[in-house]
Amino acid sequence: MSEPVHRALGLTDDEARQIDEILGRPANHLELAMYSVMWSEHCSYKSSRIHLKRLPTEAPWVLVGPGENAGVIDVGDGIAVAIRIESHNHPSAIEPYQGAATGAGGILRDIFTMGARPIALMDPLRFGPLDDPRSRWIAEGVVSGISGYGNSVGVPTVGGEVVFDPTYQGNPLVNVLCVGVLPVERLVLGQASGVGNLAVLLGSSTGRDGIGGVSVLASAGFDDADTDKRPSVQVGDPFEEKRLIEACLELLDAGLVVGIQDLGGAGLTCATSETASRGGVGMDVDVSAVPRREAGMEAFEVMTSESQERMLAIVEPEGLEAVLAICDRWEVRAAVVGTVTAGPGGSDGGRLRIVDAEAGVLADVPAASLHDAAPLYDRPRHAPTGFNEDTRTGPVTNPATSCDDPAADLLALLCDPSWVFRQYDHQLFLNTVVGPGGDGTLLRLRHPDTGADTGRALGLTTDGNHRWCAVDPRVGTALIVAEAMLNLAVVGASPLALVNCLNFGNPEHPEVMWQLSESVDGMADACTAFGVPVVGGNVSLYNESNGVDIDPTPVIGLLGMVDDLTVPPPGPRLTDGGRLVVIGPAPQRELAGSAWAASKGQRGGGLPSLDFGVHADVARTVAQLIGGDMVLGAHDVGEGGLGVTVAEMVAHSGVGATVARVSDHVDLFSESPSRVVVCVDPERLTAVLNVCEAAGVETTRIGVAGGDRLAVKGLVDVSVADVVAAWRGRLPGALGHGTTQG
Amino acid sequence: MSATVGVVVFPGTNCEFDSADAVRLLGAEPRMLWHQNRTVGDVDAVIVPGGFAHGDYLRPGAIARFSPVMEAVAEFAASGGPVVGICNGFQVLTEAGLLPGALQKNAGLKFVCAPAALRVETTSTVLTRDASVGDILNIPVNHFEGNYTCSPETLAELRSDDRIVLRYVDNPNGSVDDIAGICNAQRNVVGLMPHPERATSALLGSTDGLVLLGSLLAAATV
Repeated sequence: MSEPVHRALGLTDDEARQIDEILGRPANHLELAMYSVMWSEHCSYKSSRIHLKRLPTEAPWVLVGPGENAGVIDVGDGIAVAIRIESHNHPSAIEPYQGAATGAGGILRDIFTMGARPIALMDPLRFGPLDDPRSRWIAEGVVSGISGYGNSVGVPTVGGEVVFDPTYQGNPLVNVLCVGVLPVERLVLGQASGVGNLAVLLGSSTGRDGIGGVSVLASAGFDDADTDKRPSVQVGDPFEEKRLIEACLELLDAGLVVGIQDLGGAGLTCATSETASRGGVGMDVDVSAVPRREAGMEAFEVMTSESQERMLAIVEPEGLEAVLAICDRWEVRAAVVGTVTAGPGGSDGGRLRIVDAEAGVLADVPAASLHDAAPLYDRPRHAPTGFNEDTRTGPVTNPATSCDDPAADLLALLCDPSWVFRQYDHQLFLNTVVGPGGDGTLLRLRHPDTGADTGRALGLTTDGNHRWCAVDPRVGTALIVAEAMLNLAVVGASPLALVNCLNFGNPEHPEVMWQLSESVDGMADACTAFGVPVVGGNVSLYNESNGVDIDPTPVIGLLGMVDDLTVPPPGPRLTDGGRLVVIGPAPQRELAGSAWAASKGQRGGGLPSLDFGVHADVARTVAQLIGGDMVLGAHDVGEGGLGVTVAEMVAHSGVGATVARVSDHVDLFSESPSRVVVCVDPERLTAVLNVCEAAGVETTRIGVAGGDRLAVKGLVDVSVADVVAAWRGRLPGALGHGTTQG
Repeated sequence: MSATVGVVVFPGTNCEFDSADAVRLLGAEPRMLWHQNRTVGDVDAVIVPGGFAHGDYLRPGAIARFSPVMEAVAEFAASGGPVVGICNGFQVLTEAGLLPGALQKNAGLKFVCAPAALRVETTSTVLTRDASVGDILNIPVNHFEGNYTCSPETLAELRSDDRIVLRYVDNPNGSVDDIAGICNAQRNVVGLMPHPERATSALLGSTDGLVLLGSLLAAATV
């Protein structure tokens, strides 16, 4: 064999040496396989951990912060909310349907592992351009996969994003966020305890699918020849997952499990070592007791398989019979595969021993070393050539200064995402007050056990903007957090917790590590200023194809709360005769990073700045107006600037608008932050303006709603029908009328 | 005395909680009926709710029809008990032979979750007795296989016997004759693709499902 085993498994020579030192002897093949998956970038965060420490993670309402399967916050009324976001980028690039489906499956398990019933999924999706056939194939397959799995497993998909851009042509981003609710007292952590307790493997049998998924697939870049990585993509079975959810929640309700852990990346190796090391104990795992899908599987295959729909429950021996009875009722396979063993005490913790009924001990490693001893890299980083860190500006390519046809440019930026979300069940569980397609999602908050309505609601949004982050990852990321706050504000919610999915390129490129580090700082700045704790995250690196990194794409999920929900928020609507008011400061005359600039092939420059104090005041004031039912419509100014914001309100309601005080295309398309357009009944205009004035928030009256044209004085004059057609026609016109699968 | 409504639960069913919530909202008592049950007990009505019974594997309802509870539901229906199948429940009832025809994949081959306007076509069924013919109800659909089809003879019979209960105003799935719901000859078994339990709250966008489920409860306590 020409290549040493450890390199074929994705371990460096230094890492292999370190493993031998931990063991005090040369590691065998199985042990190397276990370390290779656990020390992969995907599982160990070895390149990003050093930076993630800078994020603020604490608040009085945080019950569980980053590092567990999901973040958990206390939202009052005896209810806790679990939230997590994940990426399934590389599997979705290779096999869109299954990649996206198993992404949803994996994150659901993270949520019910905490004892929570999953109540909502959201899918921020980013694909290559619509004129690229392969990107369309990926987009259709991913949407089908989410639809096929999510609908069937019985968890509504209530929102997300869909973005098409050349930066994702070779490497789409498929992120998925899940939220669950649980009675506070049912919170469980994924840990083993109690020597002699049993480790019971629940769910699917173990097959050869997904072997080395985290190391081979998720932790290296792509090139065109990589379809041979297809065997590393898992196959999902939503019906198995649905039964697994119900069985696990029933086990938790009955108090039959000491700890529970899902099997995701790195499979059984991760689940057994994590539960053992968290509990400060050891575990003997009988690999021959693991139900298998096919004969002849090697121990390393069983231990690293990423077969889907599996959970590991730690149960007391006297409870085993009851556990098996519940599993039997739900037709969920259950097999005792391990026993909790004593740790020697001290910092060493217990040993993870893999044994075989016939062959004896196959592997014997300190359980905690698979996590705690994972390498930590401070990889070299530097700003891209020409970026000035003092002025925070970079060189501008293709500086476009004029705008020949603002109306045409405006129509070209419109895109109705309903082609996507009509394929998702977004209503199950009767909580969806505002579903996908608006700024933020709003879900009634009901008690997970009794179903009793609390009269309150959860606000949810996901946000990302690669164009901003390509110009300046620090300010860009802060702007994303700010935009998410406004998305919540327009549904009346105030933020409580944030999760992030950091999608970046190859960490071995210093510019990428700089982007990651800067982005973390921008997020930390904004979260600190807004008092929002980060309760979980995921890092996806090596998003590159043929050596070209994607634009930095941090995606955040923001969870907020409406404390008294009496009427649904008005949405991005216009009502005939309503007055249009911009709440927030006058726009900064800056187009860098805007969707309009990108449409002209322009990159670089410097982003508009964000004033945290002003922004927080705007968000609070807008939430107050929405909560008081004082406006007829509201939509925050984001991608595409004021022009797109008003045009989308026109498209949503079929009502025209006449707008003035927009001096030129810069004002029309600037994505300057902290602005919300509201439509106000003339009789309430004074009251609304007074609320803003009392809060010290600027307002600008820009026009009136009504008629059958969208007119922006001196710039745009188009019919409402044309606006609606451009908005509605984009996706159905481009994406096919048959699904790739399912 | 309030009615007790049995809600059938197969592995893979997912609208059982929502159906139970709606039943409770209308002042009746839901009771879950596990698919292995051989009897429906002393319930006054049965809902076969939406979801993906047995994963919809093979074809929606094809495996569920063999569950022991379905024999009990058939007996309950034969004795005149009101039975409503919603979405996947409609598919199960056609597979079980309690209703004619079949639900095939939507025209367009896409899952559709969207509001739908329905026209009430007859009020002499357990689901529509409190509505009026011609009422337009706004009730969401949520399905991949909601495209109702049947033989020309069956369609003629459904028409002549006034057994088309609900029609789509704007057909979302290609159903023959815009059919959204039908009933059996005895008019006590109704199947429909739209989800009335999802239209029970103004906060969620519609309360038009209440008249249908209210009819069912009224029929249950006769």
